[in-house]
Amino acid sequence: MDRRRRSKRFAVLDEREVNHDTFIQEWPEAGLVNMDSPLDPRPGLRIEDGRIVEMDGRRVEDFDLIDRFIAQNAIDLARAEEAMGTDSLRIARMLVDLTVPRSDLIGLLGGCTPAKLVEIVGHLNVVEMMMAMQKMRARRTPANQAHVTNWKEHPALLAADAAEAAWRGFAEEETTVRVARNAPLSALAILIGSQTGRGGVLTQCAVEEGISLRLAIKGLTSYAETLSVYGTAPAFRDGDDTPWSKAVLASAYASRGVKVRFSSGTGSEALMGHAEGKSMLYLEARCLLMVKGAGSQGVQNGSISCIALPGSLPGGFRTVLAENLIASMLGLEVASGNDAMSSHSDLRKTAKLMLQLLPGTDFVTSGYSSIPKEDNLFGGGNFDAEDLDDWLVIQRDMKVDGGMRPVREEEVVALRLRAASAVQAVYDELGFPSISDAEVEMAAYGHSSADVPDRDAVADLAAADRFLAGERTVVDVIRALDRRGYDDIAGRVLELQRQRILGDYLQPAAIFDEHVRVRSAINDANDYGGPGTGYRLSPERWRELQDLPRAVPPQQLVTNQDDDGRLRQEEVGPAGVGTAQDIVIGVGPAFGSALHRTLSGLSHADVLRELMAGVEEEGLRPRVVKMRHTSDCAVIGHQAAQLCGSGVAIGIQSKGTTIIHRRDLAPLNNLELFPQAPNLSLESYRAIGRNAARYAKGIPASPVPVAIDNMMRLRLIVHTTLMHLRETAEVRPGCDPVELKVECE
Amino acid sequence: MNGLQDDRPGYPLAERAGERVCSHSGVPLAEITLEAIRAGKIAPGDLTIDRATLGLQSEIAAQAGYRQLAENLRRAAELVEISTDRVLQIYEALRPRRSTYEDLLALGDELERVYNAVATARLIRQAAEAYRTSDLLRQEDAASGSSGSG
Repeated sequence: MDRRRRSKRFAVLDEREVNHDTFIQEWPEAGLVNMDSPLDPRPGLRIEDGRIVEMDGRRVEDFDLIDRFIAQNAIDLARAEEAMGTDSLRIARMLVDLTVPRSDLIGLLGGCTPAKLVEIVGHLNVVEMMMAMQKMRARRTPANQAHVTNWKEHPALLAADAAEAAWRGFAEEETTVRVARNAPLSALAILIGSQTGRGGVLTQCAVEEGISLRLAIKGLTSYAETLSVYGTAPAFRDGDDTPWSKAVLASAYASRGVKVRFSSGTGSEALMGHAEGKSMLYLEARCLLMVKGAGSQGVQNGSISCIALPGSLPGGFRTVLAENLIASMLGLEVASGNDAMSSHSDLRKTAKLMLQLLPGTDFVTSGYSSIPKEDNLFGGGNFDAEDLDDWLVIQRDMKVDGGMRPVREEEVVALRLRAASAVQAVYDELGFPSISDAEVEMAAYGHSSADVPDRDAVADLAAADRFLAGERTVVDVIRALDRRGYDDIAGRVLELQRQRILGDYLQPAAIFDEHVRVRSAINDANDYGGPGTGYRLSPERWRELQDLPRAVPPQQLVTNQDDDGRLRQEEVGPAGVGTAQDIVIGVGPAFGSALHRTLSGLSHADVLRELMAGVEEEGLRPRVVKMRHTSDCAVIGHQAAQLCGSGVAIGIQSKGTTIIHRRDLAPLNNLELFPQAPNLSLESYRAIGRNAARYAKGIPASPVPVAIDNMMRLRLIVHTTLMHLRETAEVRPGCDPVELKVECE
Repeated sequence: MNGLQDDRPGYPLAERAGERVCSHSGVPLAEITLEAIRAGKIAPGDLTIDRATLGLQSEIAAQAGYRQLAENLRRAAELVEISTDRVLQIYEALRPRRSTYEDLLALGDELERVYNAVATARLIRQAAEAYRTSDLLRQEDAASGSSGSG
């Protein structure tokens, strides 16, 4: 082998998007291993006098902060001996056993240690994990969360995007800020926007906890998911928190009627240099038990912003599904990642998504970027506004509910306009820096922050500071909306406050439906138990998911078939066998009558003229015969050849598919076949005529060259089917071919 | 229905007991309407959840088998009575190296004594013990203010 010379194949592969991703081998000592680090402990538990004295190989006196918190708060001692005494493989099988309900497993799994949970899921392949996820997720109805941000932090654009996201079906919307001080105004914009799109959409603004809590108390947000936990004590300390401080924070949010979800995920400890040689999944299992022990109703995990790190190692995406599953096994609501960019390759990203989308999770993504990538302040979304239609098509392909629905452009623009106008009115009423009519319109019709002007950041920030520090709350916002004629939006914002007083949505996996009725693991518990159970798309929901604006009645696709009047044909009687100077051109039963153009839009008059001209060029005489008993191209050609003195004939269907046939060949054999009609030009048809004549004369003919377009079949297979159906409808069984006298203008 | 079932909180409260729920300030939910806001009858303080309601939600969680969530909602019910600033101070006190062992014990006692916050106090005492063995307490001699490791 010449070492200086590169394989062109490998050079092409090098440039593929997937090869822009980084791939590494395992390095367990640094925590760069997804599962089964040699330093991971073996499962084990010892209880003495009603208290855990040893867990996963560590004695109580050696417990770190996290062991201690888990042992004291997370593990159900009443079930622990039974759970730890049951073979992990057996529990793994129970997870995929359709006859074992979720409720039975949740109780048993509550007695498991972190290492035990890891050992259980380690027995499952990804399909089994998906089966288990389908059964174990908390809420029966799956949902999705959107990220709504923009680079300019433009309030009208935020409101418009929030309204659109709500209308598209997202149950929660999360924003964040480039400049922390902007938080109150951004939270306000997505609150108004979301409620314009649909009542009951929960919103949050990811900022520092103190501000986050104040925003919630003002009634500007309804949930929080910024409470991060880590799987080793040093990583936790770097985060300047402890499991106990997080637990108190969770209670603080709940005390103000705010839904809380913790945040964790594989890879964060390794990234912070504090993995202690443990596998990412083991550390995540510790996180999840902490989340449960702290009393959070749920978690966002699935590696989240670290996703490319487990992804660089073997088994990364399986591990991420495993961590989602462990969370579900602990009874936690799961917002299952798919938010941060996981790959350069769309193929790889989509393959990864299937692991959560197909079984369904409580939130398939913990933040679908409903805005363009450049406007995503979370660091770029795994799926963006540009991918919305792909998502909808995938839902329709799979008959799977990924929490979004098709929408109409005119509805969306109207909602965006209304949301941006509403936020404009509230700014005006509250004395914030004004939003012009032009800004409202640009936000409504725009795609990204490139479509809206810059704001006066100094003035906006000053207003944000006053709003946060001052007495004004959501009550003033409701009043402002009401006064300016947005009483419906005011009513929806108020309804969220009423729900905060009720607290129903503090229960696990709670969302609100379109009637602002709560749907949680209490009243919409996942009851999957095999086919016919659990979440099934209702006929109405399935109709809704099918209804892509681009999906048209198939009949509409056969267009442009008006008779141009340029092909005149007259039936002159039954076709006989002519002379040796003849080339018969057999045409399909709809040719020039029910149909008038080929798939590529060529007029039948032009096609026939060219075929005949080609035959004449070679000095033979074209005859045209209409087949009535068949629409099949080979049969048309073969039959035409039987009616031809020269023995060579051309067969053509109305859609333009053409064959050169000879009397003595088997029907499915041929001299030349042109199966892809759209690749044929008028020149090709003339050449086909010429070649047929040359075959008849016994002169060598080189096959007609045809342009190759590999996408043609993909693009036109539906049209092909429809034209062929139309032609087949003209078939008259038992009717003989008729000789035509034709004139092509 | 017998009396026993009547005592159980129905879920969701919005449908099963909405008319009985009041905000923390004592305004019945039914009176929290757009008309009332228009008439200036609703203050921001009328839009917060009540201790009793969180207590019901805690029971609902416990009955459904979510023991830890129930405990969290119980703590939340206790914190309803405490001002936001004070709640944030309690959170701050629990962060690494912000408090001495004695500080935490005193905080727990205060919460229990003043607010009857038994569950919250229990958690704080648990933290005090844990922090003692994990180097998470504020060092008295090195008390130069902030020691957050950022």
